[in-house]
Amino acid sequence: MSKTVAVQLQVNGATHRLEVEPRLLLVHALRDNLGFTGTHVGCDTSNCGACTVHMEGRAVKSCTVLAVQADGAQITTIEGMASDGQLHPLQEAFWNDHGLQCGYCTPGMIMAAAALLAENPNPTEDEVRHGLEGNLCRCTGYHNIVKAVLDAAKTKGATVAQQPEVTA
Amino acid sequence: MIPAEFDYTAPESLDAAIKALADGGEDAKLLAGGHSLLPLMKLRLAAPALLVDLRKVPGLHGIEREDGSWRIGAMTPHTDLEHSPQLGIFAKAAGTIADPQVRNRGTVGGSLAHGDPASDLPAVLLAADGSVTVQGPGGQRAISAGELFRDYMETAIEPTEVLTEVRIPSLDGWGFGYEKFNRRSEDWAMVAVSALVKQTGDICEEVRVGLTNMGSVPLRAGAVEEALRGKPLSAESIASAAEQAAEGTDPPADLNASTDYKRHLARVLCRRALGQAAGLT
Repeated sequence: MSKTVAVQLQVNGATHRLEVEPRLLLVHALRDNLGFTGTHVGCDTSNCGACTVHMEGRAVKSCTVLAVQADGAQITTIEGMASDGQLHPLQEAFWNDHGLQCGYCTPGMIMAAAALLAENPNPTEDEVRHGLEGNLCRCTGYHNIVKAVLDAAKTKGATVAQQPEVTA
Repeated sequence: MIPAEFDYTAPESLDAAIKALADGGEDAKLLAGGHSLLPLMKLRLAAPALLVDLRKVPGLHGIEREDGSWRIGAMTPHTDLEHSPQLGIFAKAAGTIADPQVRNRGTVGGSLAHGDPASDLPAVLLAADGSVTVQGPGGQRAISAGELFRDYMETAIEPTEVLTEVRIPSLDGWGFGYEKFNRRSEDWAMVAVSALVKQTGDICEEVRVGLTNMGSVPLRAGAVEEALRGKPLSAESIASAAEQAAEGTDPPADLNASTDYKRHLARVLCRRALGQAAGLT
């Protein structure tokens, strides 16, 4: 085995120290080492976006990031979106608008949408569709996904992509 | 899909990165954003023994104006280019790369060093007459875009050299157009055309046209440029010149497009891109 590397990840505000093989992908570190299984592995080829998380506030496909590249970074996963038992406005909107069918793409869709709204709080429908170009839904549910993002944009607090720091 | 095993180092200076690369020999690879290299490693099409990660090397980020040109640090992600309208055609082309998540990680230096002729930035660099700066054990040198791309995914950068910055002329007063055709928005270009036009009144003083995915390297459409240089620009003259966009090219067929279809796309996209650059659309 290649030499392991010490990595520190700030996930949803809590610090985690790991000793990892350099080839470990961030998505596997999150899911298998840390138990954040809300982040899904879909295509595993940087196409589908199911593995989307925020790294230093930017949406990234965690199947195409090595855990060692994320050393010291702030990571937000879908588990970090709700706070104090309250769903994030995007989660509420996906629920209300039936923005999912099987739900497999949903965590990635919500993380991509949160990054979109952080940058552009009042997007047009066209901008939402372009902003979600990196996320595939195989249930053909785009119509309600786009509707949910537009509805969430009207809600106060929808643009908060990073949750306040919590203690581990 | 899991990459083959490799060793990893993240040096904190350019000199240390150059040394690590040299010490690693031919199985060492540089890692920038990893959005070209990691997919290849996951498919086991590439299996470097050592990755030298550039993320801690200072001075490789950012966009600055210097001596009438733009200096873009090699580790600058595509997103930053996309949101820098002062970069003109570079901003426009960068905004069409793959999807937002990929643009957040993929870097300008990584894309150019990878040298994929289907990627957006190589042909834009060629059309813009830009260059890259590389640094190795023997010192620093500039490589012009015309000399950079040698063959399919093969560049003039030595295995021991690090691409540190991209330089593009300011192109103040030039019009530009970028037209790309693909089946899904996040795909590589089947064909793309970059057009740059400098005009006085309706006379085309200078024109440069870059072709993406029309051969094993990015190309210039010399016949189109020749047909327009010094001539009046109109919808008709552009349409007539664009008919020569595929002249001298023999693009390989792939899953998405036959050779003939790519040549057809080059002509259509060239007409549109030139129209944009000339302010006619």
